[in-house]
Amino acid sequence: MSEALVASQAPGTDTSVPGASGAHSFWRRLRAQRAALVAAVVVALLVLVALVAPLLTALEGQDPTTYHPSLIDSARGGVPVGSFGGMSAHHWLGVEPQTGRDLFARLVYGARVSLGVALAATVVQVVIGITIGVASALGSRWVDQLLSRVTDIIVAMPLMIMSLALLAIVPSSFPRPVLVTLVIGLIAWGNIAKIVRAQTLTLKGLDYVSAARLSGWGTWRIARRELLPGLAAPVITYAALLVPINISVEAALSFLGVGVKPPTPSWGQMLTAADVWYQAAPQYLLFPAGALFVTVLALTVLGDGVRTALDPRAASRLRVGAGRRRGAGSGPGKGADA
Amino acid sequence: MSDSPVTAPLVQVADLTVEFGGLRAVDGLSFELAEGGALGLVGESGSGKSTVASALLGLHRDTGARVGGSVLVAGTDVGRASDEELRRLRGAKAAMVFQDPLSSLDPYYAIGDQIAEVYRVHTRASRRAARARAVEVLDRVGIPDAARRSRSRPHEFSGGMRQRALIAMALACEPDLLIADEPTTALDVTVQAQILDLLHTLRQETGMGLLLVTHDVGVAAESVDEVLVMRDGKAVEHGSVATVLGAPGEEYTRDLLSAVPRVDVSRVSPAAPSEEVVIEAVGLRREFGRGRGRFAAVDDVSLTVRRGETLGVVGESGSGKTTLGRMLVGLLEPTAGEVRYEGGVRSGVGPAVQMVFQDPVSSLNPRRSVGESIADPLRARGERDERHIRHRVGELLARVGLDAEHYDRYPHEFSGGQRQRVGIARALAADPRVIVCDEPVSALDVTTQAQVVALLGELQRELGLALVFVAHDLAVVRQVSDRVAVMRGGRIVEYGPADEVYGAPQDPYTRQLLAAVPALDPVVAARRRSARKELTSA
Amino acid sequence: MSGFGGFVLRRGVGAVITLFAISVIIYVVFYATPGNVAQITCGPRCSPEQVHQVAQQLRLDDPLYLRYWHFLEGILVGQDYSTGTAVQHCSAPCLGLSYQSDQQVTELILAKLPVSLSLVLGAMVLWLVLGVGTGMLSAWRRGRLSERVLTGITLAGTATPVFVIGLVLMIVVCGELHLLPFPQYVAFTDDPEQWAWNLLLPWLSLALIEAATFARLTRASMLETLAEDHIRTFRAYGVGERSVIGRHALRGALAPVIALNANNFGSAVGGAVLTETLFGLPGIGQELVHAVAVVDLPVVVGMVLVIGFFVVIANAVADLMYAVADRRVVLA
Repeated sequence: MSEALVASQAPGTDTSVPGASGAHSFWRRLRAQRAALVAAVVVALLVLVALVAPLLTALEGQDPTTYHPSLIDSARGGVPVGSFGGMSAHHWLGVEPQTGRDLFARLVYGARVSLGVALAATVVQVVIGITIGVASALGSRWVDQLLSRVTDIIVAMPLMIMSLALLAIVPSSFPRPVLVTLVIGLIAWGNIAKIVRAQTLTLKGLDYVSAARLSGWGTWRIARRELLPGLAAPVITYAALLVPINISVEAALSFLGVGVKPPTPSWGQMLTAADVWYQAAPQYLLFPAGALFVTVLALTVLGDGVRTALDPRAASRLRVGAGRRRGAGSGPGKGADA
Repeated sequence: MSDSPVTAPLVQVADLTVEFGGLRAVDGLSFELAEGGALGLVGESGSGKSTVASALLGLHRDTGARVGGSVLVAGTDVGRASDEELRRLRGAKAAMVFQDPLSSLDPYYAIGDQIAEVYRVHTRASRRAARARAVEVLDRVGIPDAARRSRSRPHEFSGGMRQRALIAMALACEPDLLIADEPTTALDVTVQAQILDLLHTLRQETGMGLLLVTHDVGVAAESVDEVLVMRDGKAVEHGSVATVLGAPGEEYTRDLLSAVPRVDVSRVSPAAPSEEVVIEAVGLRREFGRGRGRFAAVDDVSLTVRRGETLGVVGESGSGKTTLGRMLVGLLEPTAGEVRYEGGVRSGVGPAVQMVFQDPVSSLNPRRSVGESIADPLRARGERDERHIRHRVGELLARVGLDAEHYDRYPHEFSGGQRQRVGIARALAADPRVIVCDEPVSALDVTTQAQVVALLGELQRELGLALVFVAHDLAVVRQVSDRVAVMRGGRIVEYGPADEVYGAPQDPYTRQLLAAVPALDPVVAARRRSARKELTSA
Repeated sequence: MSGFGGFVLRRGVGAVITLFAISVIIYVVFYATPGNVAQITCGPRCSPEQVHQVAQQLRLDDPLYLRYWHFLEGILVGQDYSTGTAVQHCSAPCLGLSYQSDQQVTELILAKLPVSLSLVLGAMVLWLVLGVGTGMLSAWRRGRLSERVLTGITLAGTATPVFVIGLVLMIVVCGELHLLPFPQYVAFTDDPEQWAWNLLLPWLSLALIEAATFARLTRASMLETLAEDHIRTFRAYGVGERSVIGRHALRGALAPVIALNANNFGSAVGGAVLTETLFGLPGIGQELVHAVAVVDLPVVVGMVLVIGFFVVIANAVADLMYAVADRRVVLA
């Protein structure tokens, strides 16, 4: 027997079956990565801010939608009164140019939109991806062909372009954040479906699934007990990569004016006019851009950490991993399926 | 590089120690190899034999491994040599042949170019001359039409051809020492024999030294003059092949040798003949692929298995033996023909016919405790009483030689052999009458292999089980089988009582297979080698 | 070789089917939505007569499949349009008329295409060179300080959306430091030098994030390849490290990079929309955003189709390149 085989057989070592390790060792390996730990704390804080946004604004004594014409110098084209964009004890981060809405309030409420839309869209993508991927892998050849073809087509559709176009035709009466969530979720599930299909096919070919069949269990029970748990690791890994992508896409759509629309605040939307005002109100550019950067960075680092913790063997090869992230995109690329 | 006297040994290893992290893979090993000599490093997995081979070329440098002691190869002190000196040693004076010939060659370049590249590194030959040299050595190792084939890429070669190409690469610079690390482990037995014969011929012609690393005592006996038996990084016994294998001085060597299945020894206690046919294959055929890629993996196979006997199914890779096994248990539906169980046509799976799988890693769900896996057939049958289930699983665990209390342990806590026992317990839980064993011991070390084989024999006697033993290893099949079917290209070429098939093979392919099995006795090995020559020239 | 020809054919047919399916999906999504399609198509500012005219043009009384057939016919053989006073012939490939300007969508797209292609192709060169170079460098320098710095930069790069980096670049380079004027598109055929200078910032904005993605992939792919058995073989045969990395590792490492490049083409087009909007470049993206804002459906549908066409082609080309690089794919 070869020396290489030994490693996989010696007691106590990880087996080559993906995701073999339990939740306990997952947390241990995640905690062992300092960067991921810091990122996790940052993400937790961001989620907390989003959750208690009303509380925070109440503390400040402001809300995200009230206009403050008195704080705007209309003679100078609508720049905020006072230094650094009107920062004061009442308006911690100053006010928006032209409208005078409180920037701090809009920023923390914007976190709700960003994180809410991104997480909800990820859930939609994961649910569709698992359903299609598993059905494709377990279905008849005909079903597999059809679903794989559909998946290929979905993957070929540029997410930004499709969302942009779709968002144009839906009546504005439809609640915008929900709409953006649905559009992102319904367009960008292709890669996750591919990953799930490939993983299910791999698992299906493993001897322990054959053994379960020989035990006398039916397809449903085998899918639930033997297959689905094996999908957890790749799905969680990939979902962790999807969240920051979805944040970027939502911000990009809102930046273009087709995503979340005023008066609902969104970071991307706040940046739409920032280039006009950056000299008079630099905080109007800096805070939303900074919030976006920190959020996407933290989620990306956390996603890498989750990947490392779930698949230490692959991670030791890849360390940082083949993450795919961008300002606007059709979702991650082929590399992830490989 | 120092000028060494001609009389100095080719390889001189003194007190070699290699540590990975805290793990000591090689522990104070010393040996010498004279110029032109051939030494076999033999050991089970984890014995550190491959680590020694890598140390001879200084391959542990910059990998984080800690190497102690001294290694002298062809006058180069590997531990102290500069990177440049080491580079001049590698490939030029000592060349290595690896286990897996497919992954050991660059998939993107033509084989001839890869050999030429290595040649140019050491000789500064022109591109043309290097290319010509590549063709020359490819021709030398028996690649037909070498000039044309040198332009092929590795995936266009068969496994045996790839290994030949790798040996050609090793020969390119006419090294003094050839290090072969499990060179035939990934190959079929007939191809293995060809490669071993090639190594033998090359040694005779070039006079180069050979260091052969192998887990297979037979392979060593065929190819080298001296053996060094290793265990846990230490030398157990070192001497001439005839001495160590003929009259071993150490207990471990004796155990190892007694565990090695012999192709010329029939089953220890054959089953009492029974006429009751339990399972039967009638004209079985199974096709895969579509369109032009369609082929029959199993083609018109008929056989019977009687109560309490073992039918061995032996064949090389691609012979269709695994497909046949899967059809017998019902995991695959036949394209034509049928499986009959106790006279009735059988379709799909059922508890009466169970399977033991090859790979001890993938045959158990890593996320479920072994007890849960073994309990599956019980629960699927409708058993709900948890106390009874635990009790029964405990019984089964004890029956296969494991601790009855290990219900809640997970697969990764067990060794390969133990996992295979768990797999057997799971098959038994269904109260089967037939168990199809698909290469059940091929992933195990030879001592573990002997234990698992013994366990299967005991269970068979005790429970009157019919066993179908599918394997590529002719010796193991002989050891366990009452009757044997030899498969090739999806068909059965020979089928009958084991002693007849092995003792007086009728089919030329069976004869070829048997002649290819490595022998433990060097005299027998030489006889088989000449027999092979006759068979191939005939 | 016949196997390879078959592969090319299969892939080509696959691309055509995908394109067809995309056109069906897009048509159904945009022209079979509930509500008054004619009103939506015409836009909010249309008079009832115009709406009526649109309804006739769209043949809303016909069943959906006939209408789609008509649409397809326009693309394949051309079509005549009545614009109220005169009849306009729109030759194949006809994507319809804009309801805002009565201009043919095909002409509109052709006029904007050079800008978008300049942007995307130029940026692609930049991100491939930057990304693959950085990735190789950090794989080479593994475990040293320079690798950690590169890893940090690429990580930050992946976390910066196109429009944020574009905004910052524009404000710092053009607004504050006055190193460059605010970009204004100059056609390559008019003045290649001005063309390049004006596109420099848009190229950078679009390329940096993609380059970061590529750097990460290349690094990972390099490290994976360096761990493979055949690399060990060449090291064990005394082949120098330069040759091992430059010749054997790089070739294997680049295959997934090629695949990613095609897959990223779609996302880069999305990024191009943002870049064009941000820098005011008169390309397809800017036109699309405008058409979306005024709900000019024929323009939106036409542009989405054309972009989809390019993405599908890019994917097919990449698959072929991948297959040429690694013939084993064909056999699989």
